Amino acid sequence: AVLKGRLRSQVSAALKEGQVTPTELCQRCLALIKSTKFLNAYITVAEETALKQAEESEERYKRGQPLGILDGIPIAVKDNFNTAGIETTCASNMLKGYISPYNATVVQKLLDQGAVLLGKTNLDEFAMGSGSTDGVFGPVRNPWSYSKQYKEKSVPKSHSEDEESNWVITGGSSGGSAAAVSSFTCFAALGSDTGGSTRNPAAHCGVVGLKPTYGLISRHGLIPLVNSMDVPGILTRCVDDAAVLLGSLAGHDPKDSTTVQDDFKPFELPNLTDVSQLAIGIPKEYNAPGLSSEILALWSKAADLFKNAGAKVVEVSLPHTCYSIVCYHVLCTAEVASNMARFDGLEYGHRSDKKDSTESMYAATRREGFNDVVRGRILSGNYFLLKQNYEKYFVKAQKVRRLIANDFVEVFRSGVDILLTPTTLSDAAPYTEFIQEDNRTRSAQDDVLTQAANMAGLPAISVPTALSERGLPVGLQFIGRSFQEKQLLTVAKWFEKQVQFPMIQLEEVKRHDDGVFQHQKSASFS
Amino acid sequence: MAARGCGGVWRQAWQRGAGGPGPGPGPSPRGQRAVACNAKGGAVPAGKRGLAPWIPVVGLEIHAQISSNSKLFSGSQVQFAAPPNSLVSFFDASLPGTLPVLNRRCVEAAVMTGLALNCSINKKSLFDRKHYFYADLPAGYQITQQRVPIAVNGSLSYSLCIDNKMSQMVTKTVRIKQIQLEQDSGKSLHDDARSQTLVDLNRAGVGLMEVVMEPDMCCGEEAAAAVRELQLILQTLGSSQAVMAEGQLRVDANVSVHHPGEPYGVRTEVKNINSIRFLAKAVDYEIQRQIEELENGGTILNETRAFDSKLGCTVPMRDKEGKQDYRFMPEPNLPPLILYDAKSLPANMNHQQVINIDWIQERLPDLPSVKREKLVEQYGILPEHSFTLLNEDGLAEFFESVVKQTQMKPKKVIGWILNDLLSYLKEHSLTVKESPVSSFLLADLLNLLEKKEISSTAAKQVLAELWKGEGKTPLEIVKEQKLGLLQDQKELEQICQAVIDGQENEVIMMVPG
Repeated sequence: AVLKGRLRSQVSAALKEGQVTPTELCQRCLALIKSTKFLNAYITVAEETALKQAEESEERYKRGQPLGILDGIPIAVKDNFNTAGIETTCASNMLKGYISPYNATVVQKLLDQGAVLLGKTNLDEFAMGSGSTDGVFGPVRNPWSYSKQYKEKSVPKSHSEDEESNWVITGGSSGGSAAAVSSFTCFAALGSDTGGSTRNPAAHCGVVGLKPTYGLISRHGLIPLVNSMDVPGILTRCVDDAAVLLGSLAGHDPKDSTTVQDDFKPFELPNLTDVSQLAIGIPKEYNAPGLSSEILALWSKAADLFKNAGAKVVEVSLPHTCYSIVCYHVLCTAEVASNMARFDGLEYGHRSDKKDSTESMYAATRREGFNDVVRGRILSGNYFLLKQNYEKYFVKAQKVRRLIANDFVEVFRSGVDILLTPTTLSDAAPYTEFIQEDNRTRSAQDDVLTQAANMAGLPAISVPTALSERGLPVGLQFIGRSFQEKQLLTVAKWFEKQVQFPMIQLEEVKRHDDGVFQHQKSASFS
Repeated sequence: MAARGCGGVWRQAWQRGAGGPGPGPGPSPRGQRAVACNAKGGAVPAGKRGLAPWIPVVGLEIHAQISSNSKLFSGSQVQFAAPPNSLVSFFDASLPGTLPVLNRRCVEAAVMTGLALNCSINKKSLFDRKHYFYADLPAGYQITQQRVPIAVNGSLSYSLCIDNKMSQMVTKTVRIKQIQLEQDSGKSLHDDARSQTLVDLNRAGVGLMEVVMEPDMCCGEEAAAAVRELQLILQTLGSSQAVMAEGQLRVDANVSVHHPGEPYGVRTEVKNINSIRFLAKAVDYEIQRQIEELENGGTILNETRAFDSKLGCTVPMRDKEGKQDYRFMPEPNLPPLILYDAKSLPANMNHQQVINIDWIQERLPDLPSVKREKLVEQYGILPEHSFTLLNEDGLAEFFESVVKQTQMKPKKVIGWILNDLLSYLKEHSLTVKESPVSSFLLADLLNLLEKKEISSTAAKQVLAELWKGEGKTPLEIVKEQKLGLLQDQKELEQICQAVIDGQENEVIMMVPG
């Protein structure tokens, strides 16, 4: 039961009271990672260091001096955060085998607070994608594909085909982290969010996905996709846990000049009982082409929920929303072209054997090291940055970005506290269906509801809301004012409590879990 | 007023203009039509063939390495000639996920330099990425200030002598277009034998100030004088050590020639200039080459050329890969650089977090031009002597120290400093600090001279002895070598008598005669 528990209320208490030790907790998670290996959520499992960290945590508990709520808590980190001594690959041939000499600030903060780092989670190569299907280590499978809920409702063509063709994607690019949290192999995970990469898989995997305000959490050590939009994301089982993680990660970092100067005061979320003072905005532009009727209905039901509880619910307009995704792509690819320039095979990473000249070595290294998606974005980004195109594309996109940010400012100035929108257009697609479209098309569709928050730098959270007709999770998104995470999370927590999202019932996984757990237990007694 | 500001090189290479007051047109050693630039920056035709004259135009881009303990965006140390790759942080090696953090000291150095060069300091400046692939540029881009640099619209006054005569100096001004902060690159060492390239990243990320001088100069000597003055200013400020031989000051010259009334010609960029002397040579050679090329019906290519100091000429550089598009883009990891002045300084602001332009302005040291004026005024020395004093690091201080310790008049002291001390140092390639004769010893010696205890000739002899650096005082040397002037009448008589006594025969022979 502890494995499925929530941090602040349950797990932390269990650890404190000695009902479970950090080592036991870590072992159980490791065992579960093994038994759910088919999900492909993890690229690297750091078993040895994790157990060592757990042991150290155990010592602290024994001395009665745990470091805080996170002490002894197994967590997972997306494989685009640098971890000293543990491989950091970005799911790319370019960085396969790369071991960073330093920890990302967020990783260091977690370790400093006693968290146990289980491993590195799978993603789209260099976080470029929305399915977690385009990494060199293969696609991540959505744990809900193996849930009782999904199996009951999906109609397999034939029984044998069931598992191999019916499994659904996690969304992405932080799909590994979302799957890890959703399948109970860790209590929380770090993702990254550039255009929706945390919220999208959170919605598809039925977990909470928080993208904090740009500048609130350090990006130092996060291998960048788009520096001006990247934010470390938080994936947890509940909103309260997201607040715990946020509190442990947020604040100024001298190593990241774009972080806020002010210190961040961690907060506990109040149990909101009265929402009558609240104004919820429903941006009409988010009723976007392709939005499934099912999600539309859920969205409006959620709005009603607030209305019926006494909140003011108003339709608002963010008029530049429709231009956002194209501008996002221009700015994103331009920065990608720039950020990827360092991967030349000289200092680190893959280096081609072709050594006719420095230039040919560069070219071969980059062709061999990057997949088509990355190379395509580099190509278009460089095109947009050419002298003759710079004004026409990059500068124009930046101007529109400002307009998009201003849309939000206007809406919040008009008295709206929080915006409520869908996170995704539909529930998770089966893998076989998803890969029919190319990455660019998919990203354009899948980021459409999420990337505007990145363009504007605003905090946003996806909260699991209900199961679709197919028995798959659907999340809704709340977008808040800059640096008003507390308000955002308080509202999200209220909403979470109202909707009572069902817990995933992993038949297969459960079976494995119990077996392994007993095995471990007996092993430790022998 | 032909040839004003241009020295010997010019007169050798090019004839004087017909309109000039100098000696009439003579044959130029290379036989081509001649040009000379004058104090106003114009040119005068040789007149020989009656063709339109050429006006050379010279602009400079100067990279000055900022003198700072650590690099522009990382904490690695800055040090010349350290073991390869021993001063490389994760950021300098462009490890994924690392971010730049601006070094306050570098910003202050740039502000100081900007103020000293009469620039207006931008209260808000921006950083950009300039992309190109090169082995010693690990990130694939350089962080620079392309759009809004830290300082703009300044000027630099410099002086140079006419016809190589120290007594005829003119002062000129070159406009400073801008000063921008940017990262230095690493160094590539090509091992052709093993066909490999070795990369040293110690220099990668060191802070540079790029000073862009407008094309207001017209010959090598002007360019050299301007750079020399800049060098002195940087050294006075301490914003750069500006030692060219160590690459702390690197000069690229943009050179073109055109006829009066016509637009500027196609320019070439001359790189690889590693001393001020070579700068003058390189620029003059390039002007000459372009004129020759055009006179012979050729065209000038917009190219980069390298100065070959051994051959004394410029040669086209191997073009990397045709024309580069640097794909400039704002650096997203650095917020705009905001500077304050006394008026805009926000209250309750942590002083560690802000840079106050006025505060820096108030603390600027005396610039070389002011120092020279003061020397002339205070000691009554000639202006040209003040230039010489400032041209050698520590010489002015040495001079002042000697003056303080001696009764000799400064006007006389300066002769000893410039003629004796300086020529000795130059002869032995020593810096002032390395001088075996301290200001104290020299003052001591000059005092003996001033008190007439030794003759001027003897003083030179003592000085020659002092150079040996054997730790003797001037007085000891005087005594040892009996170089003192005799003040005692009787002693002198005795000596004379002794001489006479010792030479009886000669005396006898002389007496009857």
